[in-house]
Amino acid sequence: MKTIVQQRVIVSLLMVSGIVAWMTLGVAANGVMAQTTTEAPPATGGTPPAAAPAPPPKIDTGDTAWVLTSSALVLAMTAPGLALFYGGMVREKNALGTIMQSFIILCLISVQWVLWGYSLAFGPDVKSIIGSLAWMGLNGVAMDQPNVDYAATIPHQAYMIFQAMFAVITVALITGAFAERMKFSSFLVFSLLWATFVYDPLAHWVWGKGGWIGTNGGMGALDFAGGTVVHISSGVSGLACALVLGRRLGHGKEHMAPHNLPMTVLGASLLWFGWFGFNAGSAVAAGALATSAFVVTNTATATAALAWMVAEWLYRGKPTVLGAASGAVAGLVAITPASGFVGPLSSIIIGAGAGFFCYVAVIVKSRLGYDDSLDAFGVHGIGGTWGALATGLFASKAINSGGADGLFFGNPGQLWLQFIAVLAAWVLAFVGTFVILKIVDWTMGLRVSNDEEQLGLDLSQHEERAYS
Amino acid sequence: MKKIEAVIKPFKLEDVKDALTEIGVFGMTVTEVRGFGRQKGHKEAYRGTEYTVEFLPKTKIEVVVPDNLTERVVETLLRTAKTGSIGDGKIFVTNLSEVIRIRTGETGDRAL
Repeated sequence: MKTIVQQRVIVSLLMVSGIVAWMTLGVAANGVMAQTTTEAPPATGGTPPAAAPAPPPKIDTGDTAWVLTSSALVLAMTAPGLALFYGGMVREKNALGTIMQSFIILCLISVQWVLWGYSLAFGPDVKSIIGSLAWMGLNGVAMDQPNVDYAATIPHQAYMIFQAMFAVITVALITGAFAERMKFSSFLVFSLLWATFVYDPLAHWVWGKGGWIGTNGGMGALDFAGGTVVHISSGVSGLACALVLGRRLGHGKEHMAPHNLPMTVLGASLLWFGWFGFNAGSAVAAGALATSAFVVTNTATATAALAWMVAEWLYRGKPTVLGAASGAVAGLVAITPASGFVGPLSSIIIGAGAGFFCYVAVIVKSRLGYDDSLDAFGVHGIGGTWGALATGLFASKAINSGGADGLFFGNPGQLWLQFIAVLAAWVLAFVGTFVILKIVDWTMGLRVSNDEEQLGLDLSQHEERAYS
Repeated sequence: MKKIEAVIKPFKLEDVKDALTEIGVFGMTVTEVRGFGRQKGHKEAYRGTEYTVEFLPKTKIEVVVPDNLTERVVETLLRTAKTGSIGDGKIFVTNLSEVIRIRTGETGDRAL
C-alpha cells in the first residue's frame, strides 16, 4: 500500500513540475524573460485611433496607489482572512491542513497568473472565448504604461497584480467544499487545472477585452467585482466537488462542530476588511465610484449579517455568532457584482436578501444530505447568484454612467442579460470542475485514505499538528 | 485507606478544594472529564447542522485518605459540591490496597 501511495505522490509531483517546466520552457522560447517595459506597448485592441493623435494615457499616482493598496487588501482576504475563516470551522485535526490550502493557493496561483493565467484571462481576445498566450510571462504587460482597455490611469502591471489576487481567492474559496478529506497533492493539481481551464476563461468572458458576456465588448452583463467570475464560479464548483468527492467519514453521525469559532469570526472580519480592496478597488481609480462601492459594500454586509442573525433567531430560537459571521460573508458576496452600480438603499435590500437566502440554503443543504463542508456553495454559489441577478434589478446609471439601468430603473432587459451570465457561469463552473475532478480522480485519486481521514489532514498530509 | 472519587460541577472545584484542605486532605488529583448521568445534554447549532451534546463537562477529584478521615471527606464533598439541581455529580469510595511515595519509598498512611 505504502509504495502505491508513494508512487502516486511521485506521479503527482511529476505532473505539477512537468506543467510548470513546460510553461517555463515556452516562456523562455518566446524570449520574454526580459523585463517588459515600454519596448512592448500594450495592445490597445479595439480602441479606435482618434483623428488627432491623442495624448498618451497618463499614470495617475493616486489611482495607482489605491489599486496597489487594494491588491494587498485582496491578498489579505485569502491569507489570513479565508484561511482563518475556514480554519476555525473545521475540526482540530484538520486546522493546519485547511489553512495550508488557502495559503498555498496564494503561492501557486500567483505564479500561474504571471506565467499564463493573466494572458488567458485578459490577453488579446480569441473568438470572444479566451485570451491568447501573447502575454505569457507578462510579455508586453508594461510596468510603466497603462492599458486603456482595462485601466487608463494606472500601470498595466498594477492592474495585472490586482487581478492576480482575484484569481487567488476564487480558487481558495472552493476549498471550503472539500474540506477535511482531499489529498494535498491532488488538491494542488486540481487547483492549477481549475484556475487555467475554468477561472481564466470565465474571467475573459466577463472582464476580458472582447469577452462575450461582459461590458468590455460583450453582450453587456454587469459584474463589477466578480459575482459571476469569483463567487458563482467558486460556489458552483464547490457543489461539484462536494458531489464528486462524497461526504466526509462519519458525516451526519459524528460531531463535526467548528473547533475554533473566534478564529472564524476573526477571518470573517478580515474578509470584510479586505473586501474594500475587492469592491472599491474594482473602480481601478481613487474617486467617486470607489467611494460609492465602499459605502454599499459596508452597508450590504452589515445588513446581511443582521438578516442572517434574525432569520436564525426566528427559525431556531437563538442568534448565533457563526450565523452573524456567515451572514456578513454572504452580504459581501452578494454586493460584489453590484457594488459599482447600485446606491446605498438598494444595497440594503441586496444585503437582506443575501442573509436570508444563504441561511435558507444552508438549512436546505442539511436536509439534502450532500456534504459541502463549509458551505462554499451555500454562501458563494447562492449569494453570488442572488447578487448577479440583483444587479439586474437595482443597477442605476445615476450611480455609474458607464453601467446600465436595471429592471427597477426601467430596463428589464438587463435582468435577462444577468440571467444569461449567471447561467453561463454555472454551466462552465459545474461542467469544467466535474471533468477536472474526474481526470484527477482517475490519475491520482482525490481523497485521502480512510485511515488518513480519521487521523486528520494535519498529521496525514503534513506531519504536523496545529496545537501540540 | 480509601480512594474517594467525586465527579462534580466544574465551578464547584474551588469550594471543594478549600473545604477539603481545611479538614486535612493534603493532596488531590483533578481531571477534566465528560460524561452523563440523569442530567440531559444541550443542543448546539452551527449554520444548518444541529448537534445534541450528551457528554457534559465535569470535574473529577481523586483523593486518597486514611480510613478514619473517609466519613468527613464524604460529608465535606456532599456539603460543598451540592447545588440541589440535577447534575451535581456522584461520589465513589473504594478500598485501596497500597500507596507508595516515589521519592522515599514510604508506604501506607505515611505516604499520604
